[in-house]
Amino acid sequence: MNAETTNNVAASAEAADVPSIPVNRLRTKDLLGIAELSAAEISLVLDTAVAMKEVSSRPIKKVPALRGKTVVNLFFEPSTRTRTSFEIAEKRLSADTLNIAASTSSVVKGETLADTVHNIEAMSPDLLVVRHSSSGACHFLARICRSGVINAGDGMHEHPTQALLDAFTIRERKGRLAGLKVAICGDLLHSRVLRSNVLLLVKMGAEVWLCGPPTLVPTGFGRTGVHITSSVDEAVEGADAIMMLRIQLERMLGGYFPSLREYFNVFGMTRERMSRAKPDVLIMHPGPMNRGVEIASDVADGPYSVILDQVANGVAVRMAILYLLAGGAEHEAAA
Amino acid sequence: MKRLLRGGHLVDPVQGIDGVTDVLLDGERVAAVGRDLQVDADVEVVNVPVGCVVCPGFIDMHVHLREPGQEHKETIATGTAAAAAGGFTAVACMPNTSPVNDSASVTRAILEKAAVEATVRVYPIGCVTKGMKGESLSEIADLRAAGCVAISDDGRPVMTALLMRRALEYAGMFGIPVIDHCEEPSLKGEGVAHEGYTASMLGLRGIPSAAESIMVERNIALAEMTGSPVHIAHLSTRQSLRAVRAAKARGVRVTCEVAPHHFTLTDERLAGPVSYDTNLKMNPPLRERQDVDAILLGLRAGTIDAIATDHAPHQEDEKHVEFDRAPFGIIGLETAVPLSLDRLVHAGVLTMRRLVQLLSVNPARILGVPGGNLRPNRPADITILAPEVTTSVDVRQSRSKSRNSPFHGWTLKGAVAATIVGGRTVYVNQVVPNATVFGAAAGPA
Ligand SMILES: [Zn+2]
Repeated sequence: MNAETTNNVAASAEAADVPSIPVNRLRTKDLLGIAELSAAEISLVLDTAVAMKEVSSRPIKKVPALRGKTVVNLFFEPSTRTRTSFEIAEKRLSADTLNIAASTSSVVKGETLADTVHNIEAMSPDLLVVRHSSSGACHFLARICRSGVINAGDGMHEHPTQALLDAFTIRERKGRLAGLKVAICGDLLHSRVLRSNVLLLVKMGAEVWLCGPPTLVPTGFGRTGVHITSSVDEAVEGADAIMMLRIQLERMLGGYFPSLREYFNVFGMTRERMSRAKPDVLIMHPGPMNRGVEIASDVADGPYSVILDQVANGVAVRMAILYLLAGGAEHEAAA
Repeated sequence: MKRLLRGGHLVDPVQGIDGVTDVLLDGERVAAVGRDLQVDADVEVVNVPVGCVVCPGFIDMHVHLREPGQEHKETIATGTAAAAAGGFTAVACMPNTSPVNDSASVTRAILEKAAVEATVRVYPIGCVTKGMKGESLSEIADLRAAGCVAISDDGRPVMTALLMRRALEYAGMFGIPVIDHCEEPSLKGEGVAHEGYTASMLGLRGIPSAAESIMVERNIALAEMTGSPVHIAHLSTRQSLRAVRAAKARGVRVTCEVAPHHFTLTDERLAGPVSYDTNLKMNPPLRERQDVDAILLGLRAGTIDAIATDHAPHQEDEKHVEFDRAPFGIIGLETAVPLSLDRLVHAGVLTMRRLVQLLSVNPARILGVPGGNLRPNRPADITILAPEVTTSVDVRQSRSKSRNSPFHGWTLKGAVAATIVGGRTVYVNQVVPNATVFGAAAGPA
């Protein structure tokens, strides 16, 4: 385990205005998954993110909303993208941040997850941002911790901030979520991004199509109200947005499909397949991409790609979540 | 030293008794059974409290006592004390201890310890294979001679069909059953919960129903081929049940048991109220509603032969971890009978007579052990129920060393009033009015 501390309270933040944003109306101290959020709460997060995005466009990208608050980024699984995005969001809100990269193999050393977290809690953080390889690890921590827990990805379960930033990106471009056709293609079975996106999009009234080889379709998923197909053409037909999911290269060894070559031939997103979608379709990917496996390079870099917008919006959405969980209550009390 | 249990409602399916009947005990044995037995003045008369049901002692044919080797989870002393408190007069203990029970010396060690420390009768089950490694048969004749009543590699299946065939053929020579934990290992893979909608939404790796039923079908085919008895441990799916029903109909020597959690809970419980509760992690996993419904029908119709707990104690810190890292298994000795009364008898699924078959008559028959009825000269092993008395499940009060139960805080209609082993009262439930007439609970024999 290694840690680095940063003190973020900058004098420059003093003068900045706190944007006019709603007070804390999330019902819990934690953000464990989209499953726990109502449609109204999802809208609240997305609306709050609009205000937060404005902060990121200022010359001085900092507000004091979380000044004096401590946020610990506790990553049991490496993820530079998500951790960096959270860290920038925390700094823009003037929180004190602490990054802890804990190996899940700490269990080998005899320390349990509960031990690890109780040690961190002794330092009185306000929020824990947790990435863990076990599904449900954040639920477990939320039960045993006083601090709020933000799920930054748990096993094959959920990755709620990713789904929220995806929804933000779609809403920003299309003005709405309800009634849109969204196709999600790739490794459905192992993807936490998928579960969060399905829950969110269905809650917000979108029509969701899932596409992947039958070996990578989770059992019983049809009950969520989505359409499932192994035909990319069918999934993409008339779609407003296409989300590609990453194929983990080691999956091939698990025998889920015969080869990457064949995977790309059957499921890869090419210009030709994309052309069946609406003319203004959005091409999305949570990253990191396997070019030439799930997505062709010209599609990834093409004019319809909003993949870099997703990254930028990730900061705004995470600022919104942090603010709604740790910042709102204080403002409410002061009001 | 004689005791007369007078005026109780006796349910003894073997003798065809289901009504007010007296039972006269003479020391360790039953002396007489009948209405209005006349006894000498020196006989201690116990007036069975109104509402109590007197049954032949219940036998749990599937428990893990963890001794030798994992005494921090359970010991023969604590496990059998929990059994007594749960209304069981005997338990059969699985051999996946440390060392495993694959030799007569381990069997003898268990029996010697039990003779001194156990509150109820202990029937060891020996390993099918040496070291439970699934490679070659253990010395089954030796195990049998030392006192094993069955063989099993429970915790894992007998890996190959060839080895299972030989186990059935060889054990068949002694008339003891092979008890198999049915699970096709490659299909189970890294699964931690029933493969279905709930596991998919929770992102938990699934164990498909077919992982069980494929092995059940294999075992049935081999039992049919060899003519030897096979017993399916903790059956959990409707597909397995369908296979057993068809096999029984054509005369195959197959029997099966189910665990109370499998007729009480579904996998949906994993989603809440306490999501990812590791006390809901067991193997086989909690299944779907349709499986639970099929099991209830199977219990009623007689396809299922026994209720067994698969009592699997684990210490709290071992379960206080991420779901996929927690060990499989829950304790069950003290909740099995209240769950059975509440969910089966009061729910109208089973008669009391059928329940006694499942908990006493059939386990005794399958294992070939004494008990299962209260005929004169049989051991005075008696379970007394208070079906109308409420049980509040509080794991902190458990006699087991472990606390890993998903039923903590549950209120169930039905209680064990007292447990009598070999004529000695070993457990009295203070919650049941007037249960103290059965005497003060004695410790180990
Ligand atoms: Zn088993």
